[in-house]
Amino acid sequence: MVDEQAQHEADCKEAVERLYHFLDGELTDERRVMIQRHLDACSDCIEAFEFEVELRAAIVRGCREPVPESLRVRVFNAIWEERSGPLPPTSV
Amino acid sequence: MEFMPSLYSAALRMTRNPADAEDLVQETYLKAYRAFASFQEGTNLKAWLYKILTNTFINAYRSKRRRPEQTEIDDVEDLYLYRRLGGLEAAAAGRSAEDEVLDLFTEGDIKEAIEALPEQFRLAVLLADVEGFSYKEIAEILDIPIGTVMSRLHRGRRALQKTLYDFGRSRGLVGDRDG
Repeated sequence: MVDEQAQHEADCKEAVERLYHFLDGELTDERRVMIQRHLDACSDCIEAFEFEVELRAAIVRGCREPVPESLRVRVFNAIWEERSGPLPPTSV
Repeated sequence: MEFMPSLYSAALRMTRNPADAEDLVQETYLKAYRAFASFQEGTNLKAWLYKILTNTFINAYRSKRRRPEQTEIDDVEDLYLYRRLGGLEAAAAGRSAEDEVLDLFTEGDIKEAIEALPEQFRLAVLLADVEGFSYKEIAEILDIPIGTVMSRLHRGRRALQKTLYDFGRSRGLVGDRDG
């Protein structure tokens, strides 16, 4: 059916346009449910959404850095000095 | 100091070097300590710390910059990277685009691509994609309207995809689909 096909394409277009709002959790419940329903029925769109989810996970992993121990010590000492004056030399 | 790992990670992507990132985190904690009386119980502590971090970065490092900040970035279409990595064709060949992300881009590529974004886009992408702040929280942290948050995110994410694709292409890891 031409109408069904046209409707499906319109739904795909809308899903892609709202992809980031969907992933960011920034849609109204009504729109979120509409898009979820489309994703459940559309393998093209679900592939694309899963790709974006995976890319974001890779970005999060790539941006995690261990905190150098020296930084923890620096911050602790800076706050200590702010609170009670310079640390005695032996406690550094 | 439970937020230090994420503050330090964000500081590194902002300043792009460890010495400046450490100074920025220390300064943030000191300012937070001094201003703690103004922190309102029940509001979001993490967002409050990020606001201090971001303001300190913008004020301290903007003046150190040698070149004027670039604010124009290439705009590309939706699903840029997915489509260029083969999208459905790859899936049909039994290879998901997710696998391709993992195979093609190292953590170093991801860091480099984020750091290549102009500052205003980089901050928005870091706060949303890495830290998971809402648009409203980002608007408060950066002191800009929500519409501006959305537009910076939209363009920043697409520019990031283009940079990643260019990395892959320059190493011959992905095909040239520019036609």
